[in-house]
Amino acid sequence: MIPQISQIALGMVAIPALVLGFIVLGESVIRRMPEARQARLRPWVWMAPMLLIVGVVLVYPLAITVLLSVSDAKGGGFVGLQNYAWAFGKAMQPVLVNNVIWLTVFPTVTTGLAIIAALLLDRVKFERVARTFLILPTAISFVAGSVIWRMMYEYKAPFLPQLGTLNALLKGLGFAPVPWLLEENLNSFALIFVAVWMNLGIATLIISAGVKTIPRDLVEAARLDGAGDASVFRYVTMPMLWPTILVVATTQAIFTLKVFDIVYVMTNGSYGTDVIANKMYHELFVTQHLGHASAIAMLLLLMASPVIILNIRQTRAAA
Amino acid sequence: MSGSAPDIAGGVGESRVKQAVASACLALLCVVWFTPVLALLVTSFRTEADASTSGWWSVLFAPRFVIENYVDAIRITGVGRSLVNSIAVAVPTTIGTVLISAIAAYSLAKMSFRGGVAVFLALVGLQVLPPQVVLVPMLKLANAVGINGTFVPVWIFEMGLTIPFGVFLLRGFFAGVPSELIESARIDGASELRIFLQIVLPLSGAVLASLAILQFLIAWNHLLTPLIFLGGTSGLAPLTVQVAGLVQTEGGGMSLLTAATFISIAVPLLIVIALQRYFVRGVLGGAVKG
Repeated sequence: MIPQISQIALGMVAIPALVLGFIVLGESVIRRMPEARQARLRPWVWMAPMLLIVGVVLVYPLAITVLLSVSDAKGGGFVGLQNYAWAFGKAMQPVLVNNVIWLTVFPTVTTGLAIIAALLLDRVKFERVARTFLILPTAISFVAGSVIWRMMYEYKAPFLPQLGTLNALLKGLGFAPVPWLLEENLNSFALIFVAVWMNLGIATLIISAGVKTIPRDLVEAARLDGAGDASVFRYVTMPMLWPTILVVATTQAIFTLKVFDIVYVMTNGSYGTDVIANKMYHELFVTQHLGHASAIAMLLLLMASPVIILNIRQTRAAA
Repeated sequence: MSGSAPDIAGGVGESRVKQAVASACLALLCVVWFTPVLALLVTSFRTEADASTSGWWSVLFAPRFVIENYVDAIRITGVGRSLVNSIAVAVPTTIGTVLISAIAAYSLAKMSFRGGVAVFLALVGLQVLPPQVVLVPMLKLANAVGINGTFVPVWIFEMGLTIPFGVFLLRGFFAGVPSELIESARIDGASELRIFLQIVLPLSGAVLASLAILQFLIAWNHLLTPLIFLGGTSGLAPLTVQVAGLVQTEGGGMSLLTAATFISIAVPLLIVIALQRYFVRGVLGGAVKG
């Protein structure tokens, strides 16, 4: 226990001391320079700790991954586009299909449910309490969420008592229990629902904030003109919410590319549930093929790039 | 969406019915969303014999709770040590992320200079970078520094993964701090560092707390980074790694696993309930353009 505690103390003191010490030192050097030069240099000194960490953790590894993706299993010899041919080849096809399922189902379900939840929250008197219930799962780790849902999905043969909540419910209603995680074609949806459970809270918060910005008079005016709930939703709410919905949906889409923990803990990619990120972990630690793993990483980057470009464009337009 | 019954001007009675329906639907959603957590909590207080023969809801008919699972989880499995390890991962990471993001975000928001926009846009792009892209070089580095090392590489990587978001969040807030305030302090001869520490930071308590909470939760909940840098079984493994290990070895049975899992989510749940205002603000500040 002692090494942990001394490391906590060290981290809590050393990190701020290093960062602030660097800035103070930098300032004492800059201050002696002519004013124009000060103004030019200062921001870079202030950004240096950030640039250093982002460089070490994100930029440099990104460059290395690009290099490794055209190298052999050990990261040595140049093999051209071989790894990419593999990444787009037969071995990866079922994995890619699963990711396409995630990519279409997960953002749609999460965003759809979040719109419903946000509109309901807007109408009820217990908004704060309900909101707390919905965001609770977003606070817990994917590992814990997976443990919880392995219990929820637990399956026993039909003649045994069902210990899993879902199958007990089915049995109580007179249906046969379902092996949620074993049955191919169904299990990916079971995993996706775990992700929905864990992400709905944040999606609802964001859309809820969007709902609150819709001017009340606009809704009132539409109602006075004889619009019903459905028309108000379709012609007032949805168009006003559209930018917010887009933000939420793209965030969820990016999430699907990264999804790893849920699959790793619940099925470890068996029974036809594998996704890109888990496959990559497998290539890295089981097959130990650095080239394949890096090509998969580049594939992820390629899939994320439309959102990256979109975000940069929007930010630039706003700035 | 179309084809619904035409709504004739809604009377008071009708709107009351609508509100009741909305309340019922939302209440149902809340029940569905909370049931899994409740199932975990209840199971963690049941004996292994009970948990392996009947579902958690049987406690309604035969309430019998024990605390042994928690005692065993801490004594046998070393969950207590993992709890300390999780703190050791999350707390220094949080402090570093907030401080480094704040200093960088201030210079991007309040010092105009060539290249500032480019740096900011690059950060916006990196914010969405899948962490897997940096995984392989990360592993090589981990091997170079040795797996039985310290928490230092975990801190650095966790910081690096969140700082682009942190700068984005804080820059948006700092940009809203009135420039006159800063200008007049500059005219009074205050140094830039003094302005930052004594004027800007005290105004930013809430947004700094938001970033701190988000980073704490992220670092507390991550599996992959500590798994790679600290190893699966070492004495430095945090709660996520420990729980994932328990799942895979299926050691200790359901009751031990559920107790360990509940210990791992207790801190994040408390934070989100108690500090919900800041959590919500952080989530919204990151989603809505700053």
